[in-house]
Amino acid sequence: MSRELTPQPGSRRRSARRALREKLVLRVMSRLIVPLILLFALYVQFHGDYGPGGGFQAGVILAAGVILYGLVLGVERARAVISEKVAEILIAVGVLLYGSVGIASMVLGKNYLDYDALGEHGQHEGIIIVELGVGIAVASAMIRIYLAFADLYRTEADE
Amino acid sequence: MSEHLPALQVVVPLLAAPVCFALRNAAFARAVCLAATWSSLAIAWTLLRQVLQSGPISYALGGWPAPLGIEYRVTVVGAFLLVVVSAVASIVLLYDRGSEQQRLPASRHYLYYATFLLCLAGLLGIPITGDLFNIFVFVEISSLATYALIALGRSRRALLAAYSYLIVGTIGATFFLIGIGMLYQMTGTLNIEDLRQRLPDVLDTRTVLIGFSFLVVGTAIKLAVFPLHQWLPNAYSYAPAKVSAFLAGTATKVSYYVMLRLIFSIFGVGFVFATHRFDLVLMPLSLAAMLVGAIAACYQDDLRRLLAYSSISQVGYMTLAICLANVQGLAGGIVHTMNHGFTKSALFLVIATFVQRTGSSSVGSVAGLGRVMPLQGIAFLVGGLSLIGVPGTAGFVSKWLLVLGALEKGQVWVAVAMLLSSLLAVVYVWRVVEKLYFGEPVASASSEDGESEAPGPSGSALWRATPTALLIGLVILLGIWTEPSAEVALAAASELLGVAR
Repeated sequence: MSRELTPQPGSRRRSARRALREKLVLRVMSRLIVPLILLFALYVQFHGDYGPGGGFQAGVILAAGVILYGLVLGVERARAVISEKVAEILIAVGVLLYGSVGIASMVLGKNYLDYDALGEHGQHEGIIIVELGVGIAVASAMIRIYLAFADLYRTEADE
Repeated sequence: MSEHLPALQVVVPLLAAPVCFALRNAAFARAVCLAATWSSLAIAWTLLRQVLQSGPISYALGGWPAPLGIEYRVTVVGAFLLVVVSAVASIVLLYDRGSEQQRLPASRHYLYYATFLLCLAGLLGIPITGDLFNIFVFVEISSLATYALIALGRSRRALLAAYSYLIVGTIGATFFLIGIGMLYQMTGTLNIEDLRQRLPDVLDTRTVLIGFSFLVVGTAIKLAVFPLHQWLPNAYSYAPAKVSAFLAGTATKVSYYVMLRLIFSIFGVGFVFATHRFDLVLMPLSLAAMLVGAIAACYQDDLRRLLAYSSISQVGYMTLAICLANVQGLAGGIVHTMNHGFTKSALFLVIATFVQRTGSSSVGSVAGLGRVMPLQGIAFLVGGLSLIGVPGTAGFVSKWLLVLGALEKGQVWVAVAMLLSSLLAVVYVWRVVEKLYFGEPVASASSEDGESEAPGPSGSALWRATPTALLIGLVILLGIWTEPSAEVALAAASELLGVAR
C-alpha cells in the first residue's frame, strides 16, 4: 500500500546504516546489553503486581531490546527473531489473553473481569494473566511498528 | 447469562476484532465480523426491551461497585443508540461487494474487518458506559479506527481527509479530556451518576464552567456542529463506500448522545440553559447548520459531498432539539438519530451502487440511471423523501416531534426555519432525482459494459440490493408505524429531563 509513497533513500542514509553495523564497539556492546534488557523486561513483567512495572512497561522494554538488536545488526536479523506475521498474530493473542480472563470470570458466574471468580488467589492470578496479555500485545505492536518503518528505507544494499 | 449482556455488548465486537486479525483470511474474518455485529444487534435489542420494562441496568465491571469501579449503565436513550448503531453496522456490513474500492490488497482485507469491529466496539461502548473517562476511552477507540477506515478510500485524497480528520478529532478528544480533568479536580469522581450528585455544590465555580466549555466544544467537533464541521464532507466523500454509509449512520449520532448526557445528565438544564443561556449560542448555530448545510448541499456536484452537507444540516435539527429542552422536542432529536441514520446509510449505499456502475460520483453521471436500475432509483427517491421529511417516511416523524416541541415553547420562528430547511432539502434531493429519471443516459462505454452487472446480474445485484432494501424498508416502516420508535424516544427524553411521563 505504501510502496509508491516510499521515499528514495539517499546514499548518505545507506552509508550511515552500513557504518552502524561496522562499528565494533556498538556491535559488541549491544550484543552484551540485549540479553540484559530482555531479562529486565521479564522482571518488570512478573514483578509488576508487587512493585513498579507491569505489562505495558515490560512490553516496551522487551520491544526496545529487539529494536536495538535490529538497529545495530540489521533489520533482517530482527526479522529472523520475530517476523511481521508472528508479531501481528501475537498482538491478537495478547488482546485475546486479556479478554479470555474476562470471559472466564463470566463463565464462572461473576462479572466480567471479576478476578475473584478464578479462585482463592483469583485477584493475584487474574492480574498476572491480564498483564501478560498486555505485555505480549504491547511488545509485538511496538516491534511491528518498528518493522513497518524499517521497511520504508530498505534497499537492495541492505539485503 | 442475560445479566452479563451489558458487558457482552462491548466485549463481543472488541474480542472479535483480534480474532479477525489473527485469522488473516478475509472470508473467515467476514464471517466472524458478521456474527459479531448481528449478535451485538441482538444484545442491543434485548437490552432495550429490558430497560423499557424494568428501568436502568447497572453492571459493575470487575465486580467493583459503582463510584469506585467502572460501571456500565444501560439507560433508555443509551439502549436506543445501541440499537441504532448495531443495526446500521449489521446491515451495512452485508453490503460487501464494494471491497474493490479499498486501497488494501485482497490479501489484507481482514484488516478492514478487524478495524470495523474495533470502531463498532468503541461506538457501542460510548452509550453503554456510565463513566465519563470511559466515554473518552471509547471515543478514542472508535476515532482511531475511523481514521484508519477513512484512509482506506481508493482515492489518494482519502489519506488527506483521514489525516485532517485525525488532527481535528484529536483536538476534540483533547478538549474532552481537559474538561474531564477539570470536573474530576472539582468533584473527585468520574462516574456520571456520582457527578450529577456532586456537581451542584461546585456549580458556580469557574473551573466547572470552563470544564463544561471544554467538554462541549470537544463533543461539538465530533458531532460536526456548524462551524466545526469542516472535517465531515471530506471524510464522508473519500472514505470507502461502506465506511461512509456506516459512519454517516453512527458516528455523529453517538457524539450526539454524549452531548445529551453532558447537558442533561451531568450539568443539568438549570446550569446550562437557565444560568448560562447556552441556548443563545447553540440555537443560532443549529439554525445556521440547518440552512447553510442545506444550501451548500444544493451546490455540490459530487453526490457523496451532497449527502455529507445534508448530514451537517441534519445535525442542526438534532442540536436544535437540545435547545428546545422539552420532552417532545428532545424526543424528536433522539428519534432523528435513528431515522436519519437509517436514511443516510441507505442513501450512501445507493450512491455506492451508482458509483460502481458509472465509475463517477458526480451528479451528472447518474443521468437516466433511474430507468436502468429501477430498484436503486426508488430507494434513492424514498431516502430523499425521508431527508425532506415527507409524511409516510421516517424523516417526518422526527421533524413532526421537533415542530411540536418548538410550538410548545412558543417559538414559531423555529418551526418556520425548519420548514425552510426542508424546502432546501427538496432542492438538493430533486437535483439528483431529476437527473435519475429525466436525464439522458450518458452513453459511455462503462455503462454499456456494466462490468459489475455482467457476470451475474441477478445474483450479485440482488445481494447488493439487500442491505439497501432493508434500510429503505425500515425507513418506510418507521414512517408508517411510528408508535414504537416515538414511544421509546419520548421515554428516553423524559428520562433525560427527569420528568415522569
